[in-house]
Amino acid sequence: MKRLFILLLCLMPVLAFAGEAKDIAEDPVVEKRMVALAENLRCLVCQNESLASSHAELAEDLRKEVREMIKKGMDDKQITDYLVARYGDFVLYNPPVKNYTVLLWFGPFALFLLGGAGLFYQLRKRRRSVPETELTPEAEQRAAALLNDDKDNQA
Amino acid sequence: MMRFIWPLVAFLVLVAFLYVGLGLNPHEVPSPLIGKPAPAFTLPQLQDTAKQFSAQDMKGKVWLLNVWSSWCVSCREEHPVLLELARQNIVPIYGLDYKDKREDGLGWLERGGNPYVLSASDTEGRVGIDYGVYGVPETYVIDKQGVIQYKEIGPVTPQNLQNKILPLVAQLQSK
Repeated sequence: MKRLFILLLCLMPVLAFAGEAKDIAEDPVVEKRMVALAENLRCLVCQNESLASSHAELAEDLRKEVREMIKKGMDDKQITDYLVARYGDFVLYNPPVKNYTVLLWFGPFALFLLGGAGLFYQLRKRRRSVPETELTPEAEQRAAALLNDDKDNQA
Repeated sequence: MMRFIWPLVAFLVLVAFLYVGLGLNPHEVPSPLIGKPAPAFTLPQLQDTAKQFSAQDMKGKVWLLNVWSSWCVSCREEHPVLLELARQNIVPIYGLDYKDKREDGLGWLERGGNPYVLSASDTEGRVGIDYGVYGVPETYVIDKQGVIQYKEIGPVTPQNLQNKILPLVAQLQSK
């Protein structure tokens, strides 16, 4: 009897764990789509977490909302539009190209081009400022002799 | 000398961006609902669940919708400000008791005082989602046509009441 009791006690955490996982929807297809969607949505409470990974209460509610919308047969765009209408573009981890996001999307490329142009300009200027000196025939002979000398030594 | 100018300019631009950027509060996300009609809802009243409250009933009046909850810590901070505003009788304040148990909400009003004309019970938080609530307290200024004109995220302070909310309310009321 006592042993059975101990065994039951040991099983209790297992049962408790099973109870907690209830939040996950019964339908794995719905769940998969919900997670795929929620991974690209920001939780507004803890802003660097996605809606899929956040434990905030609002995130739980919104996941529930998304699940229900999926069950209603809404497509991905309708669901994200629903959330954007309420929370703004900020919920999207992939912000749309709009006039106020132009700098965000194209700023890095602009900086890259600017830097590249600057570098190109500098290099050209430097090449011009160091004139290539023509060697006199004597100097060339000396250089050749030195180089050959070096080769002989090595051999 | 000239060679130092461009790096210096670039540095100053960076400093300017950081100065502005780091001064912003990342929790103040601009609401897409500003300038849009306040989402319609009908909810039971907190004090008298037999009665309903609809946002649509408020047409023709400028009013504040304050989202609060008994579990919300910053609400305690803003509570005296709201009580004082209610006492001045400038603009009616309606409450949305967000994701709260009825008895907790009632208890909180009893202990802290009630600045609201009435509060609506949003136990499930559904209306909160429609209003894009993500951090309680939040306060909406809604005009006579039922359009949201302003949203305060976080506690209402005497400063932003004086500088933003009350001038806006006065302007909307005179329309």
